[in-house]
Amino acid sequence: MPYIQNSDADREAMLAEVGVGSVRELFDSLPQDQLLDRDLAIDPGLNEEQLQRHLANLGAENTPAAGACFLGGGFYDHAWPALVDHLMQRTEFLTSYTPYQPECSQGTLQWIYEFQTMIADLCGCEVANASMYDGASAAAEAALMAMNATGRSKVVVSAGMHPHARATIMTYLKHIDAEVVEAPLKNGVTDWGDLVDDQTAAVMVQQPNYLGNVESMAPVVAIAKAVKAYSVASIYPVSMGLLKSPGEQGFDIVVGDGQSLGVPLGYGGPSFGFFAASLKAVRKLPGRLVGISEDTEGKRAFTLAFQTREQHIRREKATSNICTNNALIALRGCMHMAALGPEGLEEVACVSRQRALEMVGILKQAGFSRAFPDAAFFNEVAFRADSEDQVLQFKRALKDEGLFGVIPMGRDYPGMEDVFTMACTERTLPEDLIRLGRIAATVLQQEVAR
Amino acid sequence: MRLTPVNLLFEDSRPGRRTVRTPGADRSLATAGLPREELREKPVAWPEMGELDLVRHFTRLSQRNYAISTNFYPLGSCTMKYNPLVNEAIAGQGAWSGLHPLQDDSSVQGALKVMHDLAADLGEATGLPGVTLHPAAGAHGELTALMVLRAWLDEQGEDKRRTILIPDSAHGTNPASCTLAGFKVVSVKSDDMGLTDMDDLRTHLGDHVAGMMITNPNTLGLFEDNIAEICELIHQTGGKVYMDGANFNAIMGIARPGDFGIDMMHLNLHKTMSTPHGGGGPGSGPICVTEELTKYLPTPAVVKTNGKYRLRTPEASIGRVRAFHGNFMVLLRAYSYVKRLGAIGIRRVAENAVLNANYLRVKVRDHWRVPHDRICMHEFVARPTMEMREAGIHTMDVAKRLMELGYHPPTVYFPLVINEAIMAEPTETESRETLDGFAEAMIQVAKEAIAGEEFLHAAPRNMPVTRVDEAKAVKNPNLRYQHEA
Amino acid sequence: MRPEDRSYLDSHEWAKLDGDIATIGITDFAVEQLGELVYLDLPDVGRTLERGEAFGEVESVKAVSDVNSPVAGEVVETNDGLPDDLEALQNDALNGGWLIKVKVSGPDALSGLKNAAAYEEVVASES
Repeated sequence: MPYIQNSDADREAMLAEVGVGSVRELFDSLPQDQLLDRDLAIDPGLNEEQLQRHLANLGAENTPAAGACFLGGGFYDHAWPALVDHLMQRTEFLTSYTPYQPECSQGTLQWIYEFQTMIADLCGCEVANASMYDGASAAAEAALMAMNATGRSKVVVSAGMHPHARATIMTYLKHIDAEVVEAPLKNGVTDWGDLVDDQTAAVMVQQPNYLGNVESMAPVVAIAKAVKAYSVASIYPVSMGLLKSPGEQGFDIVVGDGQSLGVPLGYGGPSFGFFAASLKAVRKLPGRLVGISEDTEGKRAFTLAFQTREQHIRREKATSNICTNNALIALRGCMHMAALGPEGLEEVACVSRQRALEMVGILKQAGFSRAFPDAAFFNEVAFRADSEDQVLQFKRALKDEGLFGVIPMGRDYPGMEDVFTMACTERTLPEDLIRLGRIAATVLQQEVAR
Repeated sequence: MRLTPVNLLFEDSRPGRRTVRTPGADRSLATAGLPREELREKPVAWPEMGELDLVRHFTRLSQRNYAISTNFYPLGSCTMKYNPLVNEAIAGQGAWSGLHPLQDDSSVQGALKVMHDLAADLGEATGLPGVTLHPAAGAHGELTALMVLRAWLDEQGEDKRRTILIPDSAHGTNPASCTLAGFKVVSVKSDDMGLTDMDDLRTHLGDHVAGMMITNPNTLGLFEDNIAEICELIHQTGGKVYMDGANFNAIMGIARPGDFGIDMMHLNLHKTMSTPHGGGGPGSGPICVTEELTKYLPTPAVVKTNGKYRLRTPEASIGRVRAFHGNFMVLLRAYSYVKRLGAIGIRRVAENAVLNANYLRVKVRDHWRVPHDRICMHEFVARPTMEMREAGIHTMDVAKRLMELGYHPPTVYFPLVINEAIMAEPTETESRETLDGFAEAMIQVAKEAIAGEEFLHAAPRNMPVTRVDEAKAVKNPNLRYQHEA
Repeated sequence: MRPEDRSYLDSHEWAKLDGDIATIGITDFAVEQLGELVYLDLPDVGRTLERGEAFGEVESVKAVSDVNSPVAGEVVETNDGLPDDLEALQNDALNGGWLIKVKVSGPDALSGLKNAAAYEEVVASES
């Protein structure tokens, strides 16, 4: 049988030791009328060769966007060095458990400490945790933490946050007596109006926002501070190569999705979320934390810290849902951040934005203008078409040429049916930009001809 | 294990060292049109490392870890089985890892088929046909299921049912998930046999009860004999029964929770379905529910119409608990595992897991106190004997000494209902010789404890560090490296 | 046996009455069960407590426990230095490690609580 090492002879000997006659007898104490009297209706097992062939056939039914990808929407087609793939697969990382026993888990614990440091620096905060499930759930946890810390129940969320993050916040807060208010967009950026008041626990913004636009960050901090609410920013890590970190600007909590830090697109997961805040808030921080302590001989030793915050210990008094972290993927992030270094991050950010600037020029020439010309963008840009039909036509035309792009905004933003976004990264090929322009021109000319 | 310490990245960082270079970057071009007040003034303080030193750094860190691939990992309730390498080989392929989550459905038919068929197989194995692959981990699945329960209650107009009953032996995530879903928790006692106390359970029933969360086999490694009756009582009182599927490895292919009356459960794919634990994650916590509850599941679900697979939002969906479609790359590994095993292989997993646990129990029971010493499921709980306790030895000392002998200790101090508990789950993938070796180590430590060996308090002495002062990490927090100004 | 000059709760808190002021703490058994303490959270002076109400939290590395008030009344004083220096609580829970003082109403503030002998039975059953 696959993956079972003991032979029939082993089993015979073991059954004798246990004092039962057959494997089936081990289940004799179970209520017999509850047992399955047939085999499961699951296909017979495959051997390894058959399995690989089967999966290869299935894989052939996919057309991966990676390498020809203008899709963004929270996941971006960035590059990573080969060492990330290779070292992450070391089975000493791959097949270890949560480092509850620190003496035999120093490897995992040390890289988590390094990860926490680099994430905290990325966010401009004092501390970061060992990672979250993803960016959306990290945002929801930030709302919970702000409510818990302020004792208030209203959360004001920018409509520019990722639709999935907003949806996740709604679901998480639905049953705990909270009010979620959405601050609308005006000219592609958040219009806070007078929505934030002294009942507000958190003011939440995404940088750059889902339309690709750069938000004004200092006013968010000011609005929140004025009523002693928590300011929360969700960031796209690569943009931090050029943009100021929210922590530096005074944000209380900084979260985000780490996919752009060395994680494959992977059809949306797993990536890792991150969560950073100030040291004084550490007891309210969700998730796992690693700290430095010492062993009995005074040697530096890493260990889990503040475990009593974790929900499996707090039980019904828990204020967060995260139990595990996304360790293995955060390890990718850790290796990738160290491989980039400060200059590497800035270079990736620069080239991604340079390609986006080129894309804007090329598409403008073809006839697609920016939807929000007064807003600044980083690497993702909202364009306006003549109609929703034209948006979909452009998307199809790209796909016919083997390119992936165009996220229609209409589904998430009523009234923006004619708006779509496109993103570039350092992997965007100049020749693909040229093809993009040609395809756009063809689509627009067809429209004119009609 | 590597004993020599490894410097922190930040200690080895040298200005100007590089691993990744991206040509063509031009800061003045790149910043054109960006508002000055949003621009970074100084670069992020990340380490500057050359490639070889970076490779050595992480390779050396890996050598300071204990892993399934190095030796036996009998952590109770964690199901540390072999993580098949063929699954890694498959997941490494660009046909899967290169898929963008917002690609149109027609370009990801292979991925959608994997999700569709995995959901169908999990539905068949649990007897609960409504499956969502969305939750990121077990606790996340619990929370999701309780929200599904809330949605069902709301639709029934049941606004008074806000109490969830939970056995006192339950894992802490169960009550934690209840609180976040807006439920109150009432604890149900365990009886002398380690099972749910039926008399105590009856005293808690009433029209305030929304449901019960139960782990079966329970955290003591025992099958809840009265499970059908428990489900009936909860149904009669107007609630639903949720099963924590952490221990599903013991009964997969033997019994189906849907058949004995369970309404909802989660599965930990990183336990039962062999996907790697990776030092703490990523997990995946699909939930399986009855037909009746299917329409409340989170979005998206995969449906098949006219031979094509599509993502679809269930009719009365609770919404999202995360972005995109679930931890797809974990689902892919689980799919590959299920396909390799097939129906017979799945049953053999449970049989061999239970056999291995019982073999280990029988091997150590003369030297350890096994509070419920009868045929167990996939794991069992032991505790130090009176003689060991009188010699001043605690379970923690035993755990650290086992490390010295080359073994990761079992789960300790859980479940809470057993004082000084030590809970071992060998899994089906271990050989008899490995179990023998571990049993000998357990017996050796028991004898050393009774002999009053002082070195037990000093263990471990041959690990990268000796016993770590965990309190200091809280009293004087050092959670990140402080760069020199 | 623990001191007989005070009363106990099953959840391992003690209360000692002096006039209308009850001094409240947790027992050495509770401390021993928790292990090395790392954190203590005390209420603000002026807060009104019901009997049995949780007024604080005590944490060790791997456990966290509510501290419940054995009496009803108003918090008039807390052991201020204790959260920053848990030694006294760790080593002298029944005296120097007291947590709060509560002003109670009426002489029967401790009625219904366990005496030292009855509390010993609780300890024995949990050991």
